[in-house]
Amino acid sequence: MTHYMRPQPVTTRKFITPGVIVLLLLAANGLAFLAGRFLFGIGAVTHLNNQYPWGIWIGIDVAAGVALAAGGFTTAALGHIMHREQYHVVVRPALLTAMLGYTMVAVGVSIDIGRYYYIWHPLIMWNGSSALFEVGICVMIYMTVLYIEFIPVVTERFIGRVNLPGMLAGLTRPIDRLLRLADRTLDRTMFLFIIAGVVLSTLHQSSLGTLMVIAGPKMHPLWQTPILPLLFLLSAVSVGFPMVICESLLASRSFGLKPEMHVLGRLGRMVAPLLGIYLAFKLGDLFVRETFVYLKEVNTVSVMYISELLFGVVIPMRMFMSPAVQKSPPLLFTAAALVVGGVALNRIDNFVVAYTPPYSFGSYFPSVGEISVTVGFISILVLLYRAAVLIFPVISLPDRRLGPTAKYSVRG
Amino acid sequence: MKSQNRRSFLKTSTVITAAATGLTPTQAHAGPENVLSPDRLGVLVDTTVCIGCRNCEWACKTAHGIDTPPLETYEDPAPLEKMRRPDDTALTVVNRYPNPADPDLPTTVKVQCMHCDHPACVSACIVGAITKQKDGAVLWDTDKCIGCRYCMVACPFQIPAFEYHKAIQPRIMKCDFCTDRRAEGKLPACVESCPVEALTFGPREELLRVARERVKRSPDRYVNHIYGEYEVGGTSWCYLACTGFDTLQFPKLGVNPAPGVSESIQHGIFAYFVPPVSLYALLGAVMWTAKHRAGDEEDQS
Repeated sequence: MTHYMRPQPVTTRKFITPGVIVLLLLAANGLAFLAGRFLFGIGAVTHLNNQYPWGIWIGIDVAAGVALAAGGFTTAALGHIMHREQYHVVVRPALLTAMLGYTMVAVGVSIDIGRYYYIWHPLIMWNGSSALFEVGICVMIYMTVLYIEFIPVVTERFIGRVNLPGMLAGLTRPIDRLLRLADRTLDRTMFLFIIAGVVLSTLHQSSLGTLMVIAGPKMHPLWQTPILPLLFLLSAVSVGFPMVICESLLASRSFGLKPEMHVLGRLGRMVAPLLGIYLAFKLGDLFVRETFVYLKEVNTVSVMYISELLFGVVIPMRMFMSPAVQKSPPLLFTAAALVVGGVALNRIDNFVVAYTPPYSFGSYFPSVGEISVTVGFISILVLLYRAAVLIFPVISLPDRRLGPTAKYSVRG
Repeated sequence: MKSQNRRSFLKTSTVITAAATGLTPTQAHAGPENVLSPDRLGVLVDTTVCIGCRNCEWACKTAHGIDTPPLETYEDPAPLEKMRRPDDTALTVVNRYPNPADPDLPTTVKVQCMHCDHPACVSACIVGAITKQKDGAVLWDTDKCIGCRYCMVACPFQIPAFEYHKAIQPRIMKCDFCTDRRAEGKLPACVESCPVEALTFGPREELLRVARERVKRSPDRYVNHIYGEYEVGGTSWCYLACTGFDTLQFPKLGVNPAPGVSESIQHGIFAYFVPPVSLYALLGAVMWTAKHRAGDEEDQS
């Protein structure tokens, strides 16, 4: 079957649907609050203060965003580095998600820092001991790598089809030649970027965990542990495939395509052992540091911790092991969505819930402005994804020409 | 198969690896240095002497160009009713705590940046905008700061404050140990303004000797604990008190420097770039093997 599937632009659907209009409204609402942040400062739209310097813009937009974009490097490792041809149909959608996801992370960081126009400072002002510096540099380089990895999708779409109107007609030839040059060069060097992408991801996914280690006793002991970087890496690796499964099933439904169950089911089967390893370290940490004592009481932290593990790890792990789940789109989607939610919740727990400053005048809960901006960003992300798959060959569709597998798939 | 052959793969990989290792020595040592001079300065705060007049608050604001009502208004003790923290409009504040031994003699505690010997903020700052000076001060550089507020996350004393209501050039605000005043040969503003000499300014080693002397001479007046002597590896500002420091809302901290664990993880992952480069090489090897196995299978079939 896969041999007759080929990534191509989705042409059977229009961009505007009722759902898209809702997303556009949410995006506009977010941008309106964002304007407030730029005109009157961060304090005007957020509930952040000197006791709670980081809120959901870091916890969700950045930390959860990076984790949920892990599908990019996990599928690249599986499809290109381990060279499993059968998974190539999910590599491009995952790459697109990662590219857009990291772009949102970069934008999310820029709006959260007080001096957004100094975002380039870490490039020339280095502090090797800062975990944040490492995360920042890795994310910047990795985002560049993701854009480079996406270039072949652009060249494939536009080589020989560049046709600029009017005044710009003279540019048609040079642009076409540039695309061909990029295509030829990347054909020979893409493997370098693919490996670099996986290495960079491993580094910053784990360093994102190191970030909160320096907060020491200000972070609740249930989450504060020296193995945080390992836990962050393991959870990022286990959320990669579930994220790909969720997206693929949502896209199939939205574009009226047949879900790729034979590929997704097999991806799902691989999730259970990955979650198992994560769970083992999480429980090991709980017992080695004897932090289970904090679970005896019923309060916000214990409820958050248990739900993160139970709904985000244990239940989906059991589900992914069942052959029935691997075959059923709704069940597979449920299991995958639970993992995605669990990891997102874990990042929120680490960066927001676990953070308890020694002095505070009330706890932090995100403001309407913060939630609006975050929801707006996610809406823009979905809209960009939809636009991209309508324009570029990302989603694999049955090929009418019955040609061989896509040219891109043998690359790397 | 339309991809590079084995030789070009190896050639390009070697070049990249060499380039990455070539960068190693300069990058691994990037970051602010922390030279702890034996003569570094500090302030000893004797909370048993402090009368809670808040003159230091007024002097601090005046010295740093922060708006303040006239000194007379500080005679009103009302602000002491509530616990306050330093923020972007007050780099130091005085808080009052009841004294169980004598209700008429409450303890008042001046709070400001402790100027740690191994500051978490310096280790955390993404651009190295915060540095530990040889004279003991921990200073913030407005030309570098990007406003990420990671220093605020890192600080164990929760001191750095941020100007949340400024859209352009918001600053991180904290005590700067009156570096400008000291350059002119003056005392820190708070020390100079204190009418009862609750604040003693001098070399940290000498202050600790004075503190130990005071505790030894009046064991009834003090608890036998100099807060800041060992906390998070030592701080430039040290405190004496008549009761346990936990009752005065000092955070209970260990003796290890606050950035210790984080830095050892960071330096472990980046030990001369060996782990990332090895991972790169390993993945390259896996990729090469996997592709050739796949290639062989195709040839046979």
